[in-house]
Amino acid sequence: MKTKFKKIISTSLLMSLAGLFSIQAIAQSGEISRTPSGKPDLSGIWQAMTTAHYDIEPHAASYGPYPREMGAISAVPASLGLVEGGKIPYNEQALRVRDTNRADAHNLDPLTKCYMPGVPRANYMPFPFQIVQSSEVILISYEYAESNRILYVDQPDLESQVDAWMGHSNAHWEGDTLVVRVSGQMENTWFDRAGNHHSYQMVVEERWTPIGADHINYEATITDPNTFTAPWKVSFPLYRHIDEDMQLLEFKCAEFSEEFLYGEFRKEGSPIGNPQQ
Amino acid sequence: MRKLLIFSVLTTFSAISLAQSSGDYEAPRTEYGQPDLQGVWNFSSNTPMQRPTQYGNQEFLTEEQIQAAIARQEAAAAAADAAAAQRVINPDAPDESGNPGGYNDFWIESRGIGDTVRSSHIVYPLNGRLPPAVEGAPRAYGGLGPDVPGTRPVRYVVGGISKDGPEDRGLSERCIVGFNSGPPFLPSLYNNNVQIFQSKDTAVIMTEMIHDARIVPLGDKADIDDDIRLWSGDSKGYFEGDTLVVVTKNFNGMRQTFSSTGANYDMVLTEKFSRVAYDTVNYEFTIDDPATFTDKITAIVPMTKVAGQIYEYACHEGNYGMVNILRGERMEEMRASEGAR
Repeated sequence: MKTKFKKIISTSLLMSLAGLFSIQAIAQSGEISRTPSGKPDLSGIWQAMTTAHYDIEPHAASYGPYPREMGAISAVPASLGLVEGGKIPYNEQALRVRDTNRADAHNLDPLTKCYMPGVPRANYMPFPFQIVQSSEVILISYEYAESNRILYVDQPDLESQVDAWMGHSNAHWEGDTLVVRVSGQMENTWFDRAGNHHSYQMVVEERWTPIGADHINYEATITDPNTFTAPWKVSFPLYRHIDEDMQLLEFKCAEFSEEFLYGEFRKEGSPIGNPQQ
Repeated sequence: MRKLLIFSVLTTFSAISLAQSSGDYEAPRTEYGQPDLQGVWNFSSNTPMQRPTQYGNQEFLTEEQIQAAIARQEAAAAAADAAAAQRVINPDAPDESGNPGGYNDFWIESRGIGDTVRSSHIVYPLNGRLPPAVEGAPRAYGGLGPDVPGTRPVRYVVGGISKDGPEDRGLSERCIVGFNSGPPFLPSLYNNNVQIFQSKDTAVIMTEMIHDARIVPLGDKADIDDDIRLWSGDSKGYFEGDTLVVVTKNFNGMRQTFSSTGANYDMVLTEKFSRVAYDTVNYEFTIDDPATFTDKITAIVPMTKVAGQIYEYACHEGNYGMVNILRGERMEEMRASEGAR
C-alpha cells in the first residue's frame, strides 16, 4: 500500500513537473513582442494548423464530392474539430437547415462562389492572414478572396451600420488579451464545408491571447439565439509564419468562380478563361 | 456639405500653399516614430488627368482661373440639381435624350473635396500630357456604351468586347479589380476612398473599392520570383524623409498600363505619400513602362482626410449584373433565333 502511495505521489510529481516544463517551454519559446505602449504586438503573418475547415465538429475521414474524377485528392481528412464539447448546440429547425446544407455542401458553400468567409471561419481556413496593428485600428488581411477586417480599438460607440460579410469588429484589451466583438455579419456565411451555419443575429466574441513570440491562443464564443440553444465556443492555436521572406500573395478567386456562377449563361463554344500572358 | 468643404479648402488655399512651400508642416508621428499617414482619405477630383493645352507648362491655376473654374462647376452642379429635381417632380416625363439614366447623382463623387488648384494631375511630362505611346503598344477602349469588339484579355475596367462569357467583360464588371483602385488609384465616379494603416514594419494601402488591401513591407525585402505575377503587383516601401515611397512591380500584364494603353507586365510603379497638412496627403505616382510609353508619367492627386470609416465593398458577392448581362444576351439570341424561323 505504502509502495502504491509512493508510486502515485511520484507519478503526480512527474506529471506536475511535466506540466511545469511545458509552461516553461512556452515561456522559453520567446517573449511576446510588445508595442511601445506596452500592448502585445500581434502584427505578423499567422495561420491555423487544422483540417477542421472541412467540418468544425469532430469527424473521421470520408469520401469527397468527386471520387471518380479526383480519387483521394478530393477526400475529406479527419479532424478532432474545434468545437468545445464536440457538438454545435443547434435548435431543431437550424439542425434541419444544417442537414440540408450538408447534403449539397460543395454547391451551397459560399466559398465555392468565392464569397468572403466571415468570422470566425476566416481564421482557420488553409490560407495565411496578416495582422497589421496600430494603436486605434488593427487590420486583419486574409489572403483568401482579399477579405479583410478593420478592428476599431477602444471605440465602443462605433457600431455596425450595415451588415457585412466580414462583420463589424469592436476591440479592446483585457490585459494581454485582445477581445473583439464581431457583430453585423451577413447570414450567408458558413463555419465550414459541412453546412454549419448561423443567422444574422450571430455575435462572435473573439479572444486573441499571445502565448509566446510565435503563438496565439484563439478563442471565439458564438451566440445566436435564432440558431443555437446556447452559446458555444471554438478554440485553437495560431502559428506565426517565421520564414523571413513570407508574405501574403493574391487569391482573387472571383475569377476562378466565374464558370461555376455564370457558366450556364456562357455562349456555346465560348472558351473558358483568358490566354496566358 | 461637399460645396462647403470645397469653399473652405479654397479659402485656406493660400495658407496651405504657404505651409507646403515653406515646409513648416510636420506630420504627426506614429508610436514607432514614423510620419503618421493613417486614416481614411478621399481622392475625388474634378481636375483633369491631362492638362488642357491652353495652360502649356502651367502646373497651378491662378486665383482668377480658380474662380472661373468654381463658377463653371457651380453652374454645372445647379443644372444637374435642376434636372434631378424635375425628375422627382415629374418622374413620368420622357427624357429628351431617350437615355433612362444610370446612377443617381447622389452617389457620384465627380468633384474634389480637396485641392482644385492644379491644372492637371499629370505633372510630368512638364506639359501635363501623356507621352507618346510606343509603337505597337496595345490600345483598347471600354465604356458604358455599346460593346467594342476586340480580343481577350479584356484589360480595361468597364465595358466589354462581347457578352459571350464573363471574360469578355471589363475587369470591374467581373469584380476582379475596382475601376478606381489601381494601383495607381485614380479619381473616378464614386468610392474614391482609401485607408492607410501603419505598424512597425508594414504599411497597408486599402482602397474601399473591392476591399483591395495592398500590404507594403517597409525596409529590405527580397524580390519575389519573376514568375509570380499579381493583379495588384508586389509592393515594398521605405521612408524618404517624411514621404512613404512604395515601389510595385510583378504585375500580371492583364491590365492596361495607363489611359487605355499598354499591358502592365513590365510596369514599375513608384508611389509617394506625403502628408503636407493635417487634412491633406499628396499622392504622387510615377509610371515607368518602356514597353508602353516613350517616357515616364508622373501625376499628383491630393487626398483629403475624411472623418469616417470605409465600408465593405462586396462587389463579387453582389454581382447580379454579370448574371443579367449574360443571361439577357442569351435571351436576345434565343428570341432572334425564334424570330428568324
